[in-house]
Amino acid sequence: MRTSTAAREEILGRIRDALSGASTAVELSHARIVRAYRRRGSLTSEALVALFIDRLMDYDAEVVERKDAIEIPEAVLEVLRRAGEQRLLIPAEFPDEWLPQGIETERDDDLSIDKVNLAQAVLTTCEAAVASTGTIFLVHGSTQGRRVATLLPDHHICLVRRNQIVELISEGLAVVASTGGRTLTTISGPSATSDIEMTRIRGVHGPRRLTVLLYGSAD
Amino acid sequence: MSVRVGKTAQAPSFPKAAKEAIQNDQLRRNVHHATDVIRAKRALRVKEMPDWEELRQAASDIKAHTLAHLDHYLMQFEQNCERAGGRVHWARDADEANAIAIALIREYSGDGRAEVIKVKTMTSDEIQMNDALERAGIQPYETDLADMIVQMGEDEPSHIVVPALHKNRFEIRALFEEKMGIATLGDQPGDLADAARLYLREKFLRVKIGVSGANFAIAETGAVCVVESEGNGRMCVTLPDVLITLIGIEKVVPTFQDLEVFLQLLPRSATGERMNPYNSFWTGVELKDGPKAFHVILLDNGRTTMLEDERERETLACIRCGACLNVCPVYRETGGHAYGSIYSGPIGAILSPQLQSLEHSRSLPFASSLCGACYEVCPVKIKIPETLIHLRGKIVREEQKKFGGLLSAENLAMKVMARIFLDRRRYESAQILARAGQLVFERRGQLTNLPGLAGEWTRFRDLRSIPKQSFRDWWKARLKSANVNETRDGA
Repeated sequence: MRTSTAAREEILGRIRDALSGASTAVELSHARIVRAYRRRGSLTSEALVALFIDRLMDYDAEVVERKDAIEIPEAVLEVLRRAGEQRLLIPAEFPDEWLPQGIETERDDDLSIDKVNLAQAVLTTCEAAVASTGTIFLVHGSTQGRRVATLLPDHHICLVRRNQIVELISEGLAVVASTGGRTLTTISGPSATSDIEMTRIRGVHGPRRLTVLLYGSAD
Repeated sequence: MSVRVGKTAQAPSFPKAAKEAIQNDQLRRNVHHATDVIRAKRALRVKEMPDWEELRQAASDIKAHTLAHLDHYLMQFEQNCERAGGRVHWARDADEANAIAIALIREYSGDGRAEVIKVKTMTSDEIQMNDALERAGIQPYETDLADMIVQMGEDEPSHIVVPALHKNRFEIRALFEEKMGIATLGDQPGDLADAARLYLREKFLRVKIGVSGANFAIAETGAVCVVESEGNGRMCVTLPDVLITLIGIEKVVPTFQDLEVFLQLLPRSATGERMNPYNSFWTGVELKDGPKAFHVILLDNGRTTMLEDERERETLACIRCGACLNVCPVYRETGGHAYGSIYSGPIGAILSPQLQSLEHSRSLPFASSLCGACYEVCPVKIKIPETLIHLRGKIVREEQKKFGGLLSAENLAMKVMARIFLDRRRYESAQILARAGQLVFERRGQLTNLPGLAGEWTRFRDLRSIPKQSFRDWWKARLKSANVNETRDGA
């Protein structure tokens, strides 16, 4: 791999030769880019929730609505019962008070991949949700789980507080950027493919089912 | 340095390959069906965006800005990626990139049997990484459904986004039954996806080295982003102990927030979805989450040469959405294989020859009717028709420098035409001559069977014959009679 230094110098050198003449300061030139597209949403909080639900349904995600956080354990239990699932994985720092009773829960304290693979469902929170595209943002770690935890189980149940919903991708990115999180995943519906005759079919390698559990006030 | 793009060096010229392709009815039906579906979906999802044009303009501006400061952003990315525990390697061409990947895989897996799982990367097809790995005794497993279909069928990708677009579900079922050893497989797309899930799950859990491409490399944070649908991308960048990511140098973007533009344009343009199921972002190495070693290979392979000319530089803005393929009247008839390059369709027709400084894929800039549909749908506003014309000019001028090219019938005919069009009298005499000459070939006002070079045109298309009275004749006659009338009125 020692050739890398020579290659690096040559590639950078060729770029500089090719670009000779570009002299504006980089930051200034970047700041001058015109961004006339929408960067702030305009919908009311109720309309945001309705739009988010509409987008999720379009992806074939399951939507469960509850009023308050206190109803979470019962709602999760119902979702699991309906799906016939017994083994639930939860992130290392997931709060106890939200756990459903009477179900086998395994905490992901750095579990081996094979152990994670045994779970039938995983329960996490999220960092933000974007209504216009039906997208959930996970900043991995804490209560949002390691990446593998939301990947191998076939069913992902994600808690979304209604006031976490924003309208646009721009706003969602701004929220996750402010956390300084280094590992992120955006999720828009269950895993899918359009590779066969361009027809979107649900469920390939990632979780084949996505349940979004909405709770809390929208304001 | 030797720039190589897939198998373009061995590929037949486009007209030759296209002639074969259009005789394959099944292929044309498959391509028509798939591109019809995706065009309709894209149109629907683009229409619901009131600020689509503003997003396109911003994307174009961000790309132009990044390319104009490419050295700065690459170094910034390198610094931030390495600070987060990644290791950045630089590769001047295909061979160098493959050598780096092979050395890394050997370093981590020893001299014995080695395997890697791969998530769809066109860049690795560009450098023919799979062939190179196999020659080095390393077994690559493609995990994207379409790429798996292509790999199993020992086929070539025919579309940038949907590489197995040329195959329908029945053909895929037959392939899976044969290669996976499954006796009876349903032919619903869902059955086929289930089969792929079972087949690959074991590999995801077992194979210790992953290879990916990247849609975006973020200079500001050193993060890398992979855009995908199936979850195979998440598997490949999360489960292995070692991750090697191959990135073309043009894939760098300045800031994380800049992705607000591309993450809106790309899914809607590529698959007609508001958002694709998964986008993965990772930064170097995380302690308890994902690979313990992360290597980036930054690939040049002809890209720096394209930076020199502003018209050619613009092609590097491509985000590989494939929208231009789906609307192209030429691609829709021939499919992707006729282009002889893994980059097919309108963008392939300009990207493939430019990467290789016009050494190969020289017939591709001519594989277009210049209708402009590709520009209309391009999310980053690449003026593909203008670049096609630019490249045609370049190729013609290169040919004229060669003895054979200078004396070729086409060049001589064009030279004569140029002289005729330069002078009014010569032009008018030529019209008179042509009118007399065409009599032999004229059938009911159409020329259907011209000799020589012109025959290339009339072989497939009729040409209206030159009318008895040209516009010039009519204009002159009109002026004459008008003068007569004026004189009369004045009298």
